[in-house]
Amino acid sequence: MLKVIRDLLRYDGRFRVAFIFLLATFIMSAISYVSPQDPGRTFQVPLDRSPSLQYPFGTNSRGQDVFWWMTFAVRNSLYLGLITAAVSRVIAIFVGLTAGYRGGYVDRILMSVNDSFVVMPVLPLLILLSFLFRGRMGLTGLGVLMGLFGWPWDARLIRSQVLSLKERSFTRTAQYCGAKDFHITIFEHLPFVLPIVFATTINNMIWSIGMEVTLGVLGLSNVTLPTIGTTIYWANAHQAMVAGIWWWLMAPVVVSVVMFLGLYLLSQSVNEYIDPRTRLRRIGA
Amino acid sequence: MPLLSVKNLHAYYRTEAYGISRTVRAVDDVSFELQKNEIYGIAGESSCGKTTLIKVISGSIKPPLRIEGGTMTYTFDGRDVDIASVAPEVMRREIRWKEISYVMQGSMSILNPVRRVRRIFRHVVDTHQGIDDKRKFEALCRDHLKKLGLPPDILQAYPHQLSGGMKQRIAIALATIFRPSLIIADEPTTALDVVVQRGVLQLLKDIQAESSNTVLLVTHDMAVHANVADRVAIMYAGTIVEEGPTEVIFGAPQHPYTQHLIASLPVIGDKGTRSALPGAPPNLASPPSGCRFHPRCPMAKEICRRVVPSMIQLDTLHRAACHLVGEREEA
Amino acid sequence: MRNFILRYLLPRLGQYLVVIFLGVTITYIIPRLSPSDPVERQVAEIMVSGAHFGPEAIAHMRDALTDMYGLRGSPIEQYLAFWARMFQGDLGPSLSRFPTPVISLIARALPWTLGLLITAVMISWVIGNILGAYASYYEKSGIMKVIDVASQAVRPIPYYIVAVIFLIVFAYFFPIFPAGGAYPVGRRIEMSIWAVQTILRHSALPALSLVTVGMGAWFIGMKSLTSNIISEDYVVYAEVTGLPQRKILYGYIMPNALLPQVTGLALNLGMIFSGALILEVVFVYPGMGMLTYQAVLANDYSLIMGIAIFSIVGVATAVLILDLIYPLFDPRVRHQ
Ligand SMILES: Nc1ncnc2c1ncn2[C@@H]1O[C@H](COP(=O)(O)OP(=O)(O)OP(=O)(O)O)[C@@H](O)[C@H]1O
Ligand code: SF4
Ligand SMILES: [Mg+2]
Repeated sequence: MLKVIRDLLRYDGRFRVAFIFLLATFIMSAISYVSPQDPGRTFQVPLDRSPSLQYPFGTNSRGQDVFWWMTFAVRNSLYLGLITAAVSRVIAIFVGLTAGYRGGYVDRILMSVNDSFVVMPVLPLLILLSFLFRGRMGLTGLGVLMGLFGWPWDARLIRSQVLSLKERSFTRTAQYCGAKDFHITIFEHLPFVLPIVFATTINNMIWSIGMEVTLGVLGLSNVTLPTIGTTIYWANAHQAMVAGIWWWLMAPVVVSVVMFLGLYLLSQSVNEYIDPRTRLRRIGA
Repeated sequence: MPLLSVKNLHAYYRTEAYGISRTVRAVDDVSFELQKNEIYGIAGESSCGKTTLIKVISGSIKPPLRIEGGTMTYTFDGRDVDIASVAPEVMRREIRWKEISYVMQGSMSILNPVRRVRRIFRHVVDTHQGIDDKRKFEALCRDHLKKLGLPPDILQAYPHQLSGGMKQRIAIALATIFRPSLIIADEPTTALDVVVQRGVLQLLKDIQAESSNTVLLVTHDMAVHANVADRVAIMYAGTIVEEGPTEVIFGAPQHPYTQHLIASLPVIGDKGTRSALPGAPPNLASPPSGCRFHPRCPMAKEICRRVVPSMIQLDTLHRAACHLVGEREEA
Repeated sequence: MRNFILRYLLPRLGQYLVVIFLGVTITYIIPRLSPSDPVERQVAEIMVSGAHFGPEAIAHMRDALTDMYGLRGSPIEQYLAFWARMFQGDLGPSLSRFPTPVISLIARALPWTLGLLITAVMISWVIGNILGAYASYYEKSGIMKVIDVASQAVRPIPYYIVAVIFLIVFAYFFPIFPAGGAYPVGRRIEMSIWAVQTILRHSALPALSLVTVGMGAWFIGMKSLTSNIISEDYVVYAEVTGLPQRKILYGYIMPNALLPQVTGLALNLGMIFSGALILEVVFVYPGMGMLTYQAVLANDYSLIMGIAIFSIVGVATAVLILDLIYPLFDPRVRHQ
């Protein structure tokens, strides 16, 4: 693992950028734990100060230090991404492995449902759901909810991976040896599928954090919790742009660009690293 | 005057990934000559560098493949051409297909899956002869296909509607449409069943006999060489280890590797088991020292491990690279 | 032909029906997951929001809401009734603009969204694909590298953030385009050169954002597809035969690489649509997205639900149309 990271750092420019951006993101979310400010309270600092040494990201019209608020926002957005990724991973792995391994009718039905979820515009449904549960849903709830919609792309990918694994001989051997379906799936296929699961996890986080921004902007996520989406929501609610308090919008924009780019470049770089063709070149076959 | 003279040719693949660089010596010190009006066969097991050799002598070299030494000189109509230093545009317009054409390995998939067969004929004819007129083009193609015994309707077909044998014949038809001086055919019969194979080989032979050009036939299948080639070269791990007229190679092979190849040919009525060669083909990224065949050679000696055997001329047309052969000659 | 119908056409039609079935069923189930009585909650919310309705109107509304949520009769009856209304294209009345039917609100907003979406998607798809193929096939030029880096940079950023960046750049630093609204408030739409110009000017920013993000995505996809197809035998062969590069690019690489891009377009339509919705909100563009936003602000549940169902059916239909067009580009599907 360490060697992989060292190799990537040395030979992949994208990974270096990803590393720096994600490091910044993690540090940002980590220092929220030592924040002098409680993001739930307002009128803690003078209003509408532009960025300065004392307030690096300025202060907002609610009397909050934007920098400290953003540390919570980053932490919460990451947390949400992880929850969504975890929930949708479980579904995606289950559906992908089952469809791929069982084949036949099971496969056809699962993939038909799967493709329906791929095609369906998720945003209106999520708006509908968050609208109904508005105010009663915490971050975890929202994360789980998005997880329920975030699995189909990856399930398809995992399935296709399993299909190609099935063609290889070791599955056949396992079958002749009388191994149970479940056993084959877990012990023979999962290890090969896991690198892909890792790469898709990152993409899934990007998707869900982005979706939260959208819901937050519409005022549909829990606006008392600091997230990237709710930061923009509050800035809009106070017409920050019109009032000239540009830093209030700039902070979430810059922070999220750093976070999204970091995650995306990481997934690209890892994807290339685990790509069979690259792997062949690397091990020199 | 030979058509092509290759001297001490070296061509390596150099790749790099995550800091690990690798050099595959796919063609390592190869020399041979192609005469006009002959069928020259190159044999050797998979990944010994046959296709690479073809890529190099047909001038289609792209990274990571690079020429690392040697010369290749063609003589077209008394004019000498060094293929490695021809300008790409000249190569593309004047040499490709007019002088050297190529039946690629894997001809099953050389046809664009989403276009009719006519399209590739059209493009090739248009590029090299500038025939834009539809009727002239149509007449030329139909004529050529008929001569090869192919139904002209195939122009109208999509690749997925054609059988493997048909696609292979189309590849040959495409390669011969301008009567080039040299036709290179890479594994033209692999993946075809025996009956179809015979038809395809006959087609190649007929075309060669009719237009007396040169055919370079590459295949790992010794039986094909026995039936078709005038001369055969045996390749092992990037080098030519023996070369001679077909009768000599099959009748009196000198190199232990050739002897093994001939001995393992199926013989009608022979029920004895044939010995398989121990060990795996060498990795061309780190080939064995000395004679590259030594780890698998039943007759290997101490010297074989250390010294690369040099090519020994046994006869005007017969040569082999093996220490045993050398000693016998000296004695 | 028979094979084509059995193996291609019927499965696509079946998939279309499954999408709609699942979509409608999910929208049917969602309100039932809500812990409180949605009708009373809704009525209360509307009362609180300060709208003035007579007692008769409220009774009518309660009725409409009960219908809307399909809360009459047994669950099975409710479900069937729900479907029956869907088939008649009846999405119920809007609550905030009672009793205007939801469907007519959608009908008013839809042309705006369709116009924006179709134009932007076509432009970004075509340009992204051409540039992607060029970038991968020809030697890297400076400008292609810039496009590549820019595409990679916008790829992961949510539409909303991209739009905000555009808004800041264009509306504040280079105020060429109006920051919002497709049409000046208070003017009736009439066909005139002036009207067309205004609409175009006001659609420019949302379209530009949509094109930028989309183009980047298609560019990246096409680049990697092309780099795979370049090593396919039929491309290598075309090169060996000495065809000029331009012919290889347009005759061999593009027709093959575009096939997965057509499929990709179909698969991504839902996401692109979602993106367009949110862009409309940023640029105050009077389409479906704005309608959704207004519905959320006005607590108009029936409108949100109508939009959700309509979006699902609409996107699924668009995907079906793409699926039906696909065989035109792929003879392997046509002549099975
Ligand atoms: N593009 C490439 N990059 C790196 N190495 C390559 C490349 N193409 C071929 N090689 C290596 O060069 C060696 C020779 O390959 P080549 O294709 O010439 O063999 P061959 O004799 O034609 O085999 P076959 O009978 O399987 O066609 C092999 O070890 C192969 O792995
Ligand atoms: S040189 Fe030695 S190892 Fe090589 S073929 Fe001859 S006897 Fe065998
Ligand atoms: Mg080969």
